[in-house]
Amino acid sequence: MIGLWVVIAVVVMIVLFLIAVYNGLVQKRVRCREAWSQIDVQLKRRYDLIPNLVDTVKGYAAHEKETLENVIQARNQAVTAQGVQAQAEAENMLTGALGKLFALSESYPNLKANENFAQLQEELTSTENRIAFSRQHYNDSAAVYNTARMKFPNNIVANTFGFKNQEYFEIDEPAQREVPKVSF
Amino acid sequence: MAVETFHTLIVKNRRNSFILIGAFMVLFIALGMLIGMVWGGGEPAFGITVAIIAAALAFLLTLLSYYGGSSALLGMSRAKEIKKVDDPQLFNVVEELCLAGGIPVPKIYLINDTAMNAFATGRNPKHASVAITIGLRQRLNRDELQGVMAHELSHVRHYDILYATLMAVMVGVLVMLCDVFLRSMWFGAGSRRRRSRDSKGGGAAQAILLIVALILAIIAPILARIIQMCLSRQREYLADAGSVQLTRNPDGLAGALVKLAGDKEVLEVANRATAPLYIVHPIKKFEERSKSIFDTHPPVKDRLARLKQLSY
Repeated sequence: MIGLWVVIAVVVMIVLFLIAVYNGLVQKRVRCREAWSQIDVQLKRRYDLIPNLVDTVKGYAAHEKETLENVIQARNQAVTAQGVQAQAEAENMLTGALGKLFALSESYPNLKANENFAQLQEELTSTENRIAFSRQHYNDSAAVYNTARMKFPNNIVANTFGFKNQEYFEIDEPAQREVPKVSF
Repeated sequence: MAVETFHTLIVKNRRNSFILIGAFMVLFIALGMLIGMVWGGGEPAFGITVAIIAAALAFLLTLLSYYGGSSALLGMSRAKEIKKVDDPQLFNVVEELCLAGGIPVPKIYLINDTAMNAFATGRNPKHASVAITIGLRQRLNRDELQGVMAHELSHVRHYDILYATLMAVMVGVLVMLCDVFLRSMWFGAGSRRRRSRDSKGGGAAQAILLIVALILAIIAPILARIIQMCLSRQREYLADAGSVQLTRNPDGLAGALVKLAGDKEVLEVANRATAPLYIVHPIKKFEERSKSIFDTHPPVKDRLARLKQLSY
């Protein structure tokens, strides 16, 4: 009789333990997804800022048409890009075009002195950081989740219920890995 | 891997906060009992009464500091809450870092003082505030500001803010309790009571009780302070490391620390109770900010050396 109770108690404990492991994994996976969606939010923020920036620059340096058009074009490409690879490329182009735009602003003292421009510059700097930081946060969350998923005995639960490995957000160019040192 | 380490730190900090309260409660009851016995001339009933009062007082203060501690601290430091329009860059920097840490954006306060300093307070990341003096805000560039704010947000993420607030209150109550007792001994309140009771040869036992109580009352506050300061120093190093974990840029914080170390001004709104919260010691003159077991902060030189060793 006592033996039976012991067996029941052990089974109940194991089930409770498995439930806790399962819920822990679900929570960590949800955090990863939240972190991922945050990246898109920040990318959109950047797309929204660019038309404003271009308008401001136009007022002071209208004849720098080519640079301005490059920025607009890169932005539109990034907005419509499909797939991770294509989007990463478009984002790189956009960063490059923006860099040129800000380099160009050096030769227009009036533009540099413009308060609106300074504000936009700060907002864009911040957005670049936000994008980098939300990617970093996604990778951190993915690392926590992946570690939890692979540990014993979590891996048994993970494999049974199909908890898949979360891929890290990686950038091909080593220079892009670093937090953008914004010195426009 | 670093993420795991910080996660364990957070779990440990929250658990330690509860252990801290429990341990101090036991200490208060024991010390209150002992002091009550001495006051009451060895009468247990009087001892228990004092013990209950001491524990109740500590419990009440814990609750008060849990819910109102941060606003009290901010009020004491004469910090004013600011909105995004007041300082967009400061808000941007904090919001960016909150994305990196995955925490809600705390309230941001400005302290109207030209001395350079900053601190964080609250009870958890949802109820947190960071404050910075105008002096520090004006003298930092964007990267340095980011380093300092990441240090403060690390205190928030690590639950240092809760731990530090509770610790400050507990040590405060302990010091107060022992202080009251020692003062009462000066005026001989205990001996008068004792003479009025007829003690049947209990004189020796009472003398021992008195001596034990006196020694404890002198040693306990000192020990508590040493432990508090030691933990506080450890937390500063960890918040520095946490700052780099968020920004991945040790140079920002390092630059800020160099500027902070060179600041010779004393922050008038800080006092001994709020000192451990700041990024660098706010009261001590800068020549005195050296190594000592009573220090809340490690010397800036050591912090810079450890920052240099960090790789991420």
